[in-house]
Amino acid sequence: MVTGLRPLMVGLLAGLCLMSVAANVAGAQSAPERVVSINLCTDQLAMLLAAPGQLVSVSDLARDPRASAMVAEAGRYPANHAGAEEIYLLQPDLVLAGSYSDPATLSMLERLGIRVERFEPAYGLDAVEAGIRHMGALLGQGSRADAMADDFAARRKAFVTRAGGPLAASYSANGYTTGAGSLSGEVILAAGLRNLAQERGMQGGGVLPLELLLLSDPDLLIGGDTYPGASRAEEILHHPALSALRAQRVQIADRDWLCGLPHVLDVVARLAAERQDLE
Amino acid sequence: MRFPALVTLLALLCAALFVLSLLVGPAGIAPGQALTALLRDEGALTMVMREIRLPRAILAVMVGASLGLSGAAMQGYLRNPLAEPGLIGVSASAALGAVIALQTGFAATFALALPLSALAAAGLAVLLILMLAGPGGSALALILAGVAISALAGALTSLVLNLSPNPFAANEIVFWMMGSLADRSFAHVLTALPVMALGWVLLASLGRGLDGLSLGEDAAASMGINLRVLRLRLVIGVACVVGAATAVAGAVGFVGLVVPHVLRPLVGARPSRLLPAAALGGAALVLAADLSVRLVLPDRDLKLGVLMAMVGAPVFLHLIWRLRRTE
Repeated sequence: MVTGLRPLMVGLLAGLCLMSVAANVAGAQSAPERVVSINLCTDQLAMLLAAPGQLVSVSDLARDPRASAMVAEAGRYPANHAGAEEIYLLQPDLVLAGSYSDPATLSMLERLGIRVERFEPAYGLDAVEAGIRHMGALLGQGSRADAMADDFAARRKAFVTRAGGPLAASYSANGYTTGAGSLSGEVILAAGLRNLAQERGMQGGGVLPLELLLLSDPDLLIGGDTYPGASRAEEILHHPALSALRAQRVQIADRDWLCGLPHVLDVVARLAAERQDLE
Repeated sequence: MRFPALVTLLALLCAALFVLSLLVGPAGIAPGQALTALLRDEGALTMVMREIRLPRAILAVMVGASLGLSGAAMQGYLRNPLAEPGLIGVSASAALGAVIALQTGFAATFALALPLSALAAAGLAVLLILMLAGPGGSALALILAGVAISALAGALTSLVLNLSPNPFAANEIVFWMMGSLADRSFAHVLTALPVMALGWVLLASLGRGLDGLSLGEDAAASMGINLRVLRLRLVIGVACVVGAATAVAGAVGFVGLVVPHVLRPLVGARPSRLLPAAALGGAALVLAADLSVRLVLPDRDLKLGVLMAMVGAPVFLHLIWRLRRTE
């Protein structure tokens, strides 16, 4: 009985997959007309690529000057708060979400018959280029996206990674730093710097104890935003031991390399200039 | 055990744990190298020893001594082994005071603003407890008042942190409720020390009064002990030490419960002897707990309160069990 059911299930699943592929192809052919984005990074990519009137709403995070690099543009769109009810009432034919958006919201929207596309966060510079092309294909703006992605790839060629560059470390609240397999980690490498977290074998982001940072003696310390109010998490950035480091300091705003957007290359350029200073 | 021997033993234990605390850290520096770097200037290594590990160990001693001392003093005054700043809401109130001072920006106005705010809130909680439970009051009244004050202070702390414009603040509710010494610096030591020292002096002077009180209020009064003065000193002293400790390390519970409970039989249940013993015992316990959080989960910033609750809760339950049988 069980073995008899199995091929049936597999067949059913395969059929479902085929149907969804077919739906995707159909979606790519006729561009969606009412697109709603509920994730900070898809907000910004969509605003860069959508045709006038095609994007109906972006998330409220896109208006937050600390998180978003496109605050002025976001002000021209009605804001949503990533809730299923308000999104459904906007009657979108495509919802752009992040792979970490609330799954309950997304499955609710899908049950209501709305197409939802989930974007992985960009974990590197290749992913930025791929993300631009993917967004272009979904919005039916393939040629505009290709031009932007080609331009990104061409500008990227100007920067080269190298083995013996100065040692850099990003260091933010709670002693958080980013290593291999993260966008900021790749941005640091692309600027011709070595990344402390990566050399310590850290994958993605993680906490680097202050002791280890001091003993590693980096050449460049990359700081981030500071927030109003107080937090214990940020106290580590004012630790007396940190001020004893001889490293050169640079501040990169979180918004500038939080999302996989073309302008992360501006950060690469800034860090490359710091590297030239050091050399 | 004779009292001088006990105190010596506890002091030695503290010293050993203190040195051990200096030797444990993520950098994995060899012990000999670490200690020479502490004494002689050797660049980054000395920075690690003097600015990161030393203040952490010193704070562990300060916080532990404060909590042990305040537990012993409150228990002596209320003649109730359950009176402990963490359990009866004094620490939670101090945390609320500290959080309000930090989030309103008041803490940045002058050097002692943070511990004084925590002190004020802690003092208010101690007064409330004394009003609700009264000297020699029942364990039930004490614990119920403590539960109410803890719950309210904890909820308000969460509220303040959730309303903060700082995105990290809301994640720190657990720090304020559980306590941690990770990445504390000499700035924190200097913030806490003046207020704490005042509290130590006040609490240490309570010994004779508490000895008298252990014979009953009338007996104490006939010995010439002014109970109102005693009470005032207790309130200010406990508020000072718990306020200052909580302002820099968060609310660490159970220290003031476990330490006096273990040491009381060893000092013949005399409050005047329990006070110094509990201060040393508290320091040793917090040093040990802070060592354990670094050894068990080195890169997770495990909170002190987690370990203390694992040690303290069984003691607490045991005490309740015993009280239930005598009542």
